[in-house]
Amino acid sequence: MGNGTSIGRVRALGAAGHGTHHWLLQRFTAAGNFLGGVFLIASFLFLPDASFATVRDYFASPVPATILALFLVSVFWHARLGLQVLIEDYVHTAGNKFAALVLLNIFTFAGAGFGLFAIVRLALATTSPGGAA
Amino acid sequence: MANRPLSPHLGIWKWGPHMLVSILHRISGDGLALVGLPVLVWWIAAMASGPAAYDSFLSHAMSPYGMVVLIGLTWAFFNHLCSGLRHFVLDMGAGYELDTNKRWSIISMIGALVLTAAFWAAIFAF
Repeated sequence: MGNGTSIGRVRALGAAGHGTHHWLLQRFTAAGNFLGGVFLIASFLFLPDASFATVRDYFASPVPATILALFLVSVFWHARLGLQVLIEDYVHTAGNKFAALVLLNIFTFAGAGFGLFAIVRLALATTSPGGAA
Repeated sequence: MANRPLSPHLGIWKWGPHMLVSILHRISGDGLALVGLPVLVWWIAAMASGPAAYDSFLSHAMSPYGMVVLIGLTWAFFNHLCSGLRHFVLDMGAGYELDTNKRWSIISMIGALVLTAAFWAAIFAF
């Protein structure tokens, strides 16, 4: 940390005043998105067809369901951070910026929450909904 | 206007690949967030709901407007992926020389188009 000189006191803090936390999280979630995205693209390429039974049985099995859930958390987190920067760059009125950030948080938490609920229901269903066991 | 020297704004610069790759990173990322994530959650929820909801999703996805959205989203995905990997390299402090920067900007944009075309070629071929 700084030794009391003006440059030493601000070094590594950045314009936001709270260091590199946001920037680092953007990178950590980017790595998660990369792994999950490659998994998802590979899954689409290697699944034999796009029918309900094929796709549902694959993504309901433990490992794909877990990766899909982790991917969902990573992408929604990354999107929240990215859209936050978009808002901070283009919305300059303090009140509007606050409102936009509130909406952003509702959008991302609701989307991730609903998506995770759907994956749990998908993975824990004992029989195919609307079909045979 | 403020009566003092101002830094030059966007309008006066000659466009180069590094500027295009930068704004495309933002456009593809925000497109994925605002359009891609709702489609992703819709698809997962449709799978969890049952065959009727899944077939409804698939009929929209396979329609002409659905294909435009899906091909657009896969381009956005591969573009954001390629320019994101470029950012990881820049974060290490590498690749700032003018010619290197220009070369990798062009490669990441062309790479995104090639990967998008290859993905859909593989989907339609098998």
